[in-house]
Amino acid sequence: MSELISLSRVKKVFRTKNGNVTAVNNIDLQIQEGEIFGIIGYSGAGKSTLIRMLNGLEIPTEGQVTVAGQEISKIQGASLRKARQEIGMIFQHFNLLWSRTVRENIAFPLEIAGVPKEKRMKRVDELIQLVGLEGREDSYPSQLSGGQKQRVGIARALANEPKVLLCDEATSALDPQTTDSILDLLVDINKRLGLTIVLITHEMHVIRKICHRVAVMENGQIVEIGPVLEVFKNPKQPVTKRFVQQVTEPEESKETIAHLLKRYKDGKIVKLTFIGDSAEQPIIANLIRDFPVEVNIVQGKVSQTQNGAYGTLFIQIQGSEQDVQKVIAYLQTQQVESEVITHA
Amino acid sequence: MLEKWFPNVDWAMMWQATEETLYMTGVSVVATFILGLILGLLLFLTSKGNLWENKFIYSIVAAVVNIFRSIPFIILIVLLIPFTKALVGTIIGANAAFPALIIGAGPFYARMVEIGLREIDKGVIEAAKAMGAKTSTIIWKVLIPESLPALVSGITVTAISLVSYTAMAGVIGAGGLGNLAYLDGFQRNHNDVTLVATIIVLIIVFVIQFIGDFITSKIDKR
Repeated sequence: MSELISLSRVKKVFRTKNGNVTAVNNIDLQIQEGEIFGIIGYSGAGKSTLIRMLNGLEIPTEGQVTVAGQEISKIQGASLRKARQEIGMIFQHFNLLWSRTVRENIAFPLEIAGVPKEKRMKRVDELIQLVGLEGREDSYPSQLSGGQKQRVGIARALANEPKVLLCDEATSALDPQTTDSILDLLVDINKRLGLTIVLITHEMHVIRKICHRVAVMENGQIVEIGPVLEVFKNPKQPVTKRFVQQVTEPEESKETIAHLLKRYKDGKIVKLTFIGDSAEQPIIANLIRDFPVEVNIVQGKVSQTQNGAYGTLFIQIQGSEQDVQKVIAYLQTQQVESEVITHA
Repeated sequence: MLEKWFPNVDWAMMWQATEETLYMTGVSVVATFILGLILGLLLFLTSKGNLWENKFIYSIVAAVVNIFRSIPFIILIVLLIPFTKALVGTIIGANAAFPALIIGAGPFYARMVEIGLREIDKGVIEAAKAMGAKTSTIIWKVLIPESLPALVSGITVTAISLVSYTAMAGVIGAGGLGNLAYLDGFQRNHNDVTLVATIIVLIIVFVIQFIGDFITSKIDKR
């Protein structure tokens, strides 16, 4: 894999009436070809500004942005427009032209690139098939659902066979089910076309489901970066931990644990974290068979990521002090991380 | 029957006046559309946060538009007499009305164009930029089509104003129904002529409104 996108010491300062605001502060980042790279952060973290610098919609105040060998932060005019044709982008609110049909919307970037009409029509038909919009070619955007609109957005972004697809909160306006189908489509496109995808989001669910690597942004800086599974397994920054909790710990688990801790003073509450292959091992079954303890499953969740499964399980272990200690020692020898919870 | 109800109406003259009114309105609507569209685009594009953001040009265009929009039309005609004379060679007749009609209505329409363009979702313009579109492509393929219903309803309102402007221009000697109603109806006290001229003006206005509404509803796919 070679490097497709490179940011070096990138900084963006906006001048406002109330002084200067540093939206992006000194970011170094490399994204490989064929990768699905996620950037997560709360609103105002600077992720939107960052993704807009990748196609020159924002110009960095300092530093360099290089995409597919072109220094986006430096080029202007015709060469920037040409470079943009190789970088597709989809948006939270789709940004389709209401005055054009599905077919005409998808044809728009081809018109911009000067593709002759016949070829254009052929390409549009291919794209309609790729995103699964057969039969809706002549509909107007107002006649489509949110998911269908985003499919048009994706088809439009892919029209000129770009090297990179930028996704600006592409699923944030969609319901969970539609979000999943759009994410599946993105993974499919990534695999089928080898397309590099850079997405920004505030939903850890999106990162978990499709990204290979993730960067966590806060106050204009990348505070944590790594393969998704690594970051899930071992979140270092408080902000990352909060995001990871979004998908691993349902809201109610805290209350349940507090409740159990109060009720069963003798037992121990243990949080098990499964990563990769260990998520598929019968650890609980072994535990019950081999130790004279009672195991009570409090709460659990296993999620699939692009590099394997990830899950957490809260169990309550009851038995003699000695046996419980043995169990905890056993768990520590396994490929799971265990943590005895003493307070919620 | 017509003779009895409208004894003073010379129908040939009335028809000729109607033709003159339609001619003045038609030509000035087309010219106003073009002038207003250019000025409106210029106002929009040079305003804050847009493609050609330029405070200086924006202020100048906005000032010119505001000045000409504020001058009462009847005074504007008089003010423009030297200009008209230099440009058209005469101040009498339908053609002599055009400078005043266009300069009077163009700025008015320009503001409507600007409002229509402002209503376009900024995200759509951003998307076109992200696709590598040139500014001219954005103007022709995004700004104009996406604001077309507003542009059409705006020109409908402007066209109706232009009908009444032609009547005022008629008083100064431009011909048309206003001229006929003034000279024949008012000065010779033929109320029936004024009434018929009014009815014809009303019919013209209704037809313009109907056509405008029809086109707007046809092209609006939102």
